[in-house]
Parts: sequence; C-alpha cells; structure tokens
Amino acid sequence: MWRNLVLFLAMALTVVSFAAKIEIFSWWTAGGEAEGLQELFNIFSKSNPGVEIINATVAGGAGAQAKAVLKTRMLGGDPPDTFQVHAGHELIDTWVKTGFMEPITFLYKQEGWDKTMPKGILDIVSYNGELWSVPVNIHRANVLWYNKAIFDKYGLKPPTTFDEFFKVADTLKSYGIIPFALGTKDGWEAAHAFETVLIGKLGAEGYKGLWNGKTKWSDPRVTDALETFAKMLTYVNPDHAARTWDEACALIVEGKAAMNIMGDWAVGYFYAKNFKDFGWTLAPGNAGIFDALSDSFGLPKGAKNRETVIAFLKVLGSKEGQVAFNIKKGSIPARTDVDKSLFPEYQRSAMDDWLKHEIVPSVMHGAAASEGWVTEFKDVISLFVARPDVKVTQKALVNIAIGQGVAQ
Amino acid sequence: MKKDRLISILFILPSIILIAIFVYFFIGWTSWVSLVNWKDIFPDFTFVGLRNYIRLFQNYRFTISLQNTVVFTALFLIASITIGLLLAILLDRKVRFESVFRTIYLFPMAVSFVVTGVVWRWILNPGPGGESVGINLLFEKIGLSFLKSGWYTDPNIGIKAVVIAAVWQMSGYVMAMYLAGIRGIPTELYEAAQLDGANTMQVYRYIVIPLLRPITLGAVIILGHISLKIFDLVFAMTGSGIGFSCDVPALFMYDTTFRGNYFSQGAAVAIMLLLFVAVLIVPYLIHSIRTEVRR
Repeated sequence: MWRNLVLFLAMALTVVSFAAKIEIFSWWTAGGEAEGLQELFNIFSKSNPGVEIINATVAGGAGAQAKAVLKTRMLGGDPPDTFQVHAGHELIDTWVKTGFMEPITFLYKQEGWDKTMPKGILDIVSYNGELWSVPVNIHRANVLWYNKAIFDKYGLKPPTTFDEFFKVADTLKSYGIIPFALGTKDGWEAAHAFETVLIGKLGAEGYKGLWNGKTKWSDPRVTDALETFAKMLTYVNPDHAARTWDEACALIVEGKAAMNIMGDWAVGYFYAKNFKDFGWTLAPGNAGIFDALSDSFGLPKGAKNRETVIAFLKVLGSKEGQVAFNIKKGSIPARTDVDKSLFPEYQRSAMDDWLKHEIVPSVMHGAAASEGWVTEFKDVISLFVARPDVKVTQKALVNIAIGQGVAQ
Repeated sequence: MKKDRLISILFILPSIILIAIFVYFFIGWTSWVSLVNWKDIFPDFTFVGLRNYIRLFQNYRFTISLQNTVVFTALFLIASITIGLLLAILLDRKVRFESVFRTIYLFPMAVSFVVTGVVWRWILNPGPGGESVGINLLFEKIGLSFLKSGWYTDPNIGIKAVVIAAVWQMSGYVMAMYLAGIRGIPTELYEAAQLDGANTMQVYRYIVIPLLRPITLGAVIILGHISLKIFDLVFAMTGSGIGFSCDVPALFMYDTTFRGNYFSQGAAVAIMLLLFVAVLIVPYLIHSIRTEVRR
C-alpha cells in the first residue's frame, strides 16, 4: 500500500512539473491592446503547445493601477514570469539599477535583434553595457486625432500650429461641437497633453533638456507653454473629470467632439470600435518630432518558469509577433525589417516618421524621467487643470526638478 | 477550573499570535519605514527622524486631502445618521410590508464600495458638452433644471458629491442599527409617557432619541473610521478629481507609494491615518473598558 502511495505521489509530481505555465503581467485590457496581446498568445501557443498562459492584466491606462500591484509582488519576492514595463527610465531606474532583472543580452545576440532594432531603442533598454528587455512596440504620444466627418462638414483643416488650433477650436465651438476631448479621471491624461505642448513650444532639444538640466524649468518658453495649455483647457468637454482616456476617445467616435491629443493606442481603440472616419496630424508645433515610448518585457530574477519566459520573449521580438501585435494595438514594430504593406494607413505613416523624425522620450510614459519625477509632474499639472495659475505651477515645476537633483 | 482556563487560552492563542504579527508588528514596521529615507524601489533604512512628516505637511496635495477628509467625515456622519434615524422611525410606525422596506433600505450595504463608485460615477456624470445624462437628465425631464450640477467634476463641489454615494450606501445600515435599538425600548416607557400626556414628538424628543445614544455612538465610531480611511469608493468613482478636489489621504498614500516609489512618505501618510482613527476609537475603547470594569 505504501509503495502505491509513493508511486502515486511521484506521478503526481511529474504531472505538475510537465504542466508548464507562464504568467504574463500587463495593463492591456482596452479594445485594441487586449486583442494585440491575444495575438501574441496565439503565436506563442502554436510553438509551445500545452503551456498554460496566465493572463495577469490589471486595468488602467498608462499602467496607473498595474504598477502598484507589480511593485508589491516584486518587493514581496513573487515576480510574475514577465511583465510589461515602459522602456527607458521606468525600466532602468525602477527595476534594473535596483537589481530585480536578469540581463538578456544573450538573447539579442542569438536572435540578431541588435541588428534589426534601431540604435535609439537599443539605447533606452541598455544599462552598464547589457540589454534588459525586449521592446515589442513603439508608440507615438504626440498625435492629434480628429473626426474627419466633422472637419469635412465645416470645411476645416487640421491645425498644425497653436494659432490654427485656436482658430479651428473657435469655429467648432460656434457650431456647438466640443473642440477638444479630454479625460482626466485617471490623473495622467492632462499631463500627457501638456507634454506635447512643451514639445511644441520648446522644440526637441529644449524639451529633452528639461529632464537633464540643459533647459531650465524657469525658461520663458515653459511659461508660454503653460499659458497656451491653460487656453486649450477652455475648449474641453466639461465632464472631463468623469472620463478616462478611452471614454474621451468615445466622444470623437460619437461625433460629439472634434479633436483630442492622445498616443496612438487611440488608433487601436478606434479599430476596436470599428470607427474608420478618424484623421490624424501631429500635435500643434510638433512637426518633425516623434514623442516616443515603448512597451517592453524583460526577465525578472527568480522567474518561476525561466525557460518558458525566454521562449515568450523570442515571440515578442520575432517578426511574426511584432507584426501581429502591432497591427491590432495601433503601434509600430520596434524592428525595422518588417513588411510595411501589412499595416493600416496610420501605422505606415508612423513607420516612415520613425525613421526620419527626431525622436524625443515621452515623460508621462516612463521614457524620459524616473517614476518619482513623473508622479510629481502629473500631480502639478493635475492641479493646474483646476487652478490654472501659471506662476505657481512653474515654480512648482522648478522645485520638483531641484528635488530630483537636476540643477536649475 | 484550571483546565478550563488552559483550554480557553489555547483557543484564543492562535488569533492573538496572528493579530500580533499582522496588526501590531506591521504597525511597528510602517512606523519605522516612515522614519527612514526609503524613496526608491530599493529599501534605504537611513534614519531621518520626522523629516517625512514635515515634508508631508508642506505638500499641497496632502493638505488638500486632509481638508477633504474633514468635510467628507462631517457631512457623511451627519447625513447618514439623520437619514438612518428618520428611516428607522418611519419604519417603526407599523407600516405594512415592513420587512420588504427594511430589505430595500439595507440592500445597498450588500454592494461593495467599488460597485457603488462605478455606478454613481455615471449617475452623477454631468455629460459632455451641453447634453445631460444620469441624474441631471432626470432633473431636466421633471422640470427641475436648476438642480443640474457638475457634481464631482465641479471643483467647488468635488468631495461632497462622493458623500452622496457614501450616504446612499451606509444610511440603510444605520437604519438597521436604530431600528433594533427602537425595538429594544420597553413598551412600558411609551405607555407611561402617553399617560403623562406626551405627544409623539415629545416621545421621540425626550425618550426614544436619548435612549438611543449608545447606538448613535456606535454608528459614529463605525462610520467615522470608514470615512477616515475611505479609499475604494473615491478611487472607483472619481479618482483624485479636478485639482484634487476629491482627493483623500488614502488615495494620496497609494499614489505616492506605488506610483512615485516614495515608500517612506507613503508610510508617514499611513501612520497619520492611523492616528486620526485612533483619535476617534481610543476614547470609545477607554469608555467601554471602564463600563465593563464597573460591571
């Protein structure tokens, strides 16, 4: 009898060790992004049949909620097998410098990604000469989306400068249409829009300098940006505090609002809603500048299914994976060797721009500054939406930079 | 006798150990974290004294959230207790189908604060542009357009709109407490009052409400600590709101700890919250221990 029991236990154990699992942690729950993730799972399952995928998603734009869940798990020694993290400071400052990740340079060499991905993106996933995560996409944050039907109806042209923006907005207002859709419920959306205003007023070099001390936050161009943003806020939907970013996009889809400034995950949302009548241009003053962020996945130290994670990362970096994912998500592949013709029109234009525009890192999406700085920046702009006091806000922005150890 | 005692100690020992670890040890741990310099994902246990607390009171967001907590607690307590008491008194007037009404009023409590938050986010949504949705639409349809408001999207109202949802959820619970209390009042007292010629108003004013004082105290304690620590309702319903008009300390704690990685500052907020609740609970505990000893 005892022998039977031992045998049974041994069998049970082998079954457990064969039933491979992988837990993939992300904040992709809205329309296009969840579909993109599913595409990746499908490809992974084809080459790794029998591996159970645990889709650990936590809702909330820009990872607002997911990041908190992730931090408790990582600090508590229970990392998911792999997790979504913005390439740049969020990856490097939060997870790499602190020793939570395993370098995956070997994977880049083995798969040849160091040749198929551009230097700009390799730089922001590197630290101390090693590579730390696989960028699965490139998003553009500084896009102005508009409802084509509305623009056609009133004979309007999409604005490219701030002056044109205000002119168009006034016209729309006079016809009773909300000129500028905004959702501020999750707290980061206003700061996202303001980021593009900063780029528009300071240019690529000036904007990049804000995060390393080459541009001072007391600069008169920052004052100008704040004043302009305050004026833009007078054209938004009055219920913006009740809406999240996708609920603001819904206003465009429903034809109640004409424009909004959002990253190109909006295009994934439009596809998911089967809305084809959208047009795009760059945020005012952003011509020739690509405000970039990238979602990436790495290999946490102590991942329970290390080999399976590596197999999944290979899918993420593969041509097939990057194409399938990005078509749905609205972003473009980090690899430069994919067939452009597979993509819808918006992504084709973004892929062209990615190669010829000047690239700046997005702050709200973790590429430009540490998470502490991002949180304080977001809070100050959030307050600015209610109390547009330019002087006080600018002083607060200066103080944050000083607190972050950047000379002013 | 001795064996009984041993057994009883054995019975409560597990819970004592669990509480010692999961309540008191972690309070101690959080206090310690609030006194060190942990402001990155990686722990840094350099002692900095009260610096995190001083910084906290210089932080505009914390100041706003404190003010909001005071407003929220005051309005929430007054409204829930008044409405709960009124409902209990009305139900006590021998209405037909009392148990049906009781269930209806008590039911919101069965819903979690997150659900309440999501639902009331839409009920109180002012609607985009000029058009109305939710309760504003209702006001418009029944000719009460002057009652239309931006609710929580109006920075001047902000947290008060959240109070509406909280009161909706908790006043039924207060009603249940009061109803039990009213039912516990001996009928002789009513009869005696009637013999003395007291009218209904006077019966409530001089007999029922004074006798319900222990229940009022219980309600204040329960609702008070809920309102000081409130997080889920605000989080689901409004977030921090425009210019933090709906922000509360618990929300600020979450944000600063898990988004900003300022773990020490988050711990300091947590300890402040503990102190607020203690201010409310400790006098009550002392009071109840004293009464117990007297017995």
